[in-house]
Amino acid sequence: MTGGVTLAARAQRADDGRRPRAWLRHAPRITVALFLVPIGAGLLGTALPAFGWLPGLHPRHWTLSPWRALWAAPGFGTAVGLTLMSGLSATILAVVLTFGCCAHLSHRPPGRLVRGLMGPILAAPHAAMAIGVGFLLAPSGWIVRLLSPWLTGWHQPPDIATVQDPYGIALTVGLLVKEIPYLLLMSLSALGQVPARRQLEVAAALGYGRTSAWLKLVLPQLYAQLRLPIYAVLAYALSVVDMALILGPSNPPTLSVLALRWFSSPHVQMYFPAAAAALLQLGIVAASIAAWRAGEVLIASLARRWIARGARHSVLEPLAALARGVVGGLMLLGASSLLALAVWSVAAVWRFPDLLPQRWSGAVWHQQAGTILWPLGTTLLVAAAASAAALLLVLACLEQEQRCGAPVRSRMLWLLYVPLLVPQIAFLFGTQVLFTVLRLDGTLLAVIWSHLLFVLPYVFLSLSDPWRALDPRYARTALALGSSPARVFLRIKLPLLLRPVLVAAAVGVAVSIDQYLPTIFAGAGRVVTLTSEAVTLASGGDRRVTGVFAVLQSVLPLAGYGLAVLVPRLKRGPWRAGSIS
Amino acid sequence: MAGGEYLVSDAALRLEQVSIVLDGRVLIPPLTEQVPPGTVLTLMGPSGAGKSTVLSFLGGTLAGPFRACGRIWVGAREVTTLPAERRRIGTLFQDDLLFPHLTVGENLAFALARTVRGRRARTARIAAVLAQAGLEGFAPRDPATLSGGQRARVALLRLLLAEPQVLLLDEPFNRLDAALRAEFRRFVFAHAAAAALPVLLVTHDVADAEAAGGTVLALRTDASATTFIERVGAEGRTGDRAMAQAELETKGGGR
Repeated sequence: MTGGVTLAARAQRADDGRRPRAWLRHAPRITVALFLVPIGAGLLGTALPAFGWLPGLHPRHWTLSPWRALWAAPGFGTAVGLTLMSGLSATILAVVLTFGCCAHLSHRPPGRLVRGLMGPILAAPHAAMAIGVGFLLAPSGWIVRLLSPWLTGWHQPPDIATVQDPYGIALTVGLLVKEIPYLLLMSLSALGQVPARRQLEVAAALGYGRTSAWLKLVLPQLYAQLRLPIYAVLAYALSVVDMALILGPSNPPTLSVLALRWFSSPHVQMYFPAAAAALLQLGIVAASIAAWRAGEVLIASLARRWIARGARHSVLEPLAALARGVVGGLMLLGASSLLALAVWSVAAVWRFPDLLPQRWSGAVWHQQAGTILWPLGTTLLVAAAASAAALLLVLACLEQEQRCGAPVRSRMLWLLYVPLLVPQIAFLFGTQVLFTVLRLDGTLLAVIWSHLLFVLPYVFLSLSDPWRALDPRYARTALALGSSPARVFLRIKLPLLLRPVLVAAAVGVAVSIDQYLPTIFAGAGRVVTLTSEAVTLASGGDRRVTGVFAVLQSVLPLAGYGLAVLVPRLKRGPWRAGSIS
Repeated sequence: MAGGEYLVSDAALRLEQVSIVLDGRVLIPPLTEQVPPGTVLTLMGPSGAGKSTVLSFLGGTLAGPFRACGRIWVGAREVTTLPAERRRIGTLFQDDLLFPHLTVGENLAFALARTVRGRRARTARIAAVLAQAGLEGFAPRDPATLSGGQRARVALLRLLLAEPQVLLLDEPFNRLDAALRAEFRRFVFAHAAAAALPVLLVTHDVADAEAAGGTVLALRTDASATTFIERVGAEGRTGDRAMAQAELETKGGGR
């Protein structure tokens, strides 16, 4: 009896979450500061030069001349139009195709082909995918080779701009290839929280086909959870730099590429119109998100009437099947693009209409080994450091949340999405100014920090759900047995959640490898990663060498995911992480 | 009660050698039955016996590891191979499954057949149906604000507005407490009779079977674990010892 009371009292003391360690209590604040301060300072540091004020470099007086210079810049109007057209059409198409595909699949999971292709496409960095799509769509690419000469009659690559076309079509295709699998993944995970299957059965009994039932019943319940991911895709598609450099037209390019070009100019004077362009880019993204929101409201009210009319559309079925077919085709395109990278990297002789190289050779890999080593090491170091830091911060936040019992509010979720919604070009210049002030510019630390801004949200989004889903009674039982909260964390929670933790780390590594612009700005040209090198090589470099860098860039994230899945299986004993979920 | 509001159907439901198999085990032995319009056939059995699977097969939503054989007829129409949405067979489930993102009125409008055209006519029809069910003015309400009994009634109204030719009841009274259950049972059977629908009821509660007042089939398992079907009650002969026995066995034995 006495023993029981002591045990209960101990458990009470151990469970008392109101006095956690000081650093843990501050974890959420430290986290938010670490990634909001550089963004806030970055936005300010980019906005000020847009009005003629650059710290330490210019006499301080306010002026609108950067805007006049931007306005007068050749091709400015075309650049804005191109940005809007490629960004909006890619996002709208991606959303429509994803929903159509989901409606066609209704509650069933997608087929093995789609699932198998989704992983590598999601894991591949945007830059590598853009290079691969370029290899495929180019006049001498696989698609033309497949059709030549039997259909086209071409024995030489045709003189048509199929990549870097003035309308940004190649860029839009590249964006679709990367963003549809992401939206599909988000939809599938959100679907788990809607009792779709039963509701579709009810609708079928009421005479509805699965496509119209899905659109009328499941989609409205799903959409709220997809809103932020869709906004992130919209912001990304409007402001992407690396894909636009590789697949977009170069004269004039998209607005963000124009801004980057001026920011990279040796003439300080160019920083002013660059800052104005960056700020305009922010305005375009903000206005587009606002317009999207307005569209949501409008469509929702129209949809209510549409639902109440009770029409059992059968015309929607073939449209949804078409959407699924297009999504399947884009997935295939993405997978072939990655394959094209690999084939180019080992091609010795590959004449035009031939589908495969005449001679294969690993010579380029051998030659490049010396050049690869340094960027490879830098890439791995930055990725490991950024995701380790992100993991530490996220775990601290989640542990603090559980000890205090106060879940992160939805407002906090919006904060997490800030780095994903604000265009990179709109704040990275200012962040670089901050790093310069801190005497960090061009250092590894600056690059790691700037990567952390984008790694952290994804690590949090990946880990928070499984962490919160762990049955709290495990921890309570351990506490009641006299373990300290720290011991419970290390000996119970971490081992039980080993797999999601490793997956979150792999997500972090993949996101870090994906980063181009943060590396360029924070690294100030002195820190070179596989990604920055691949993008540089893509403009006019040897395809074989570009292929080598892009293949490595795509393999690393995949290897990370592979390790995250394999390592928990190697652990012996009953507490294999995969067994609890 | 609701006469005249519904299209009166005159098609019987006919099952021809319908059986359900799971991993080579016969859950439901071949069953041939005719359910004339306006009558109820009750299938009793313990949970997990495969009763609801029969309804999924009839409704056209059978999935997973179950295999079903046999043919299904609605009047002169064979519906065995038709997709669920073209069978005109409505199922009332244990959960009301009202769509949470739509109001009560929108839930009903979603179901209301397209033969009622024009926004005003549709709204009027829905208001009338709600009023008859004692739910006057409920159209703009959020389903989440309704009581269990009210939600159950809306679920049935929604089903009937789609003008099905057959009604399947998948233990729809289970969730309700005793007082509501009797009331909702009367409500369901009165509406089904008014629309002259053939009804197939699946339950493990003998009171449901008694209230249904039709033929009762009980799923039994013999000593060698072979499932067979026994006719324990016939029309007009309810509440006898055989029924009580059936309930005892389905509750106690079975698995």
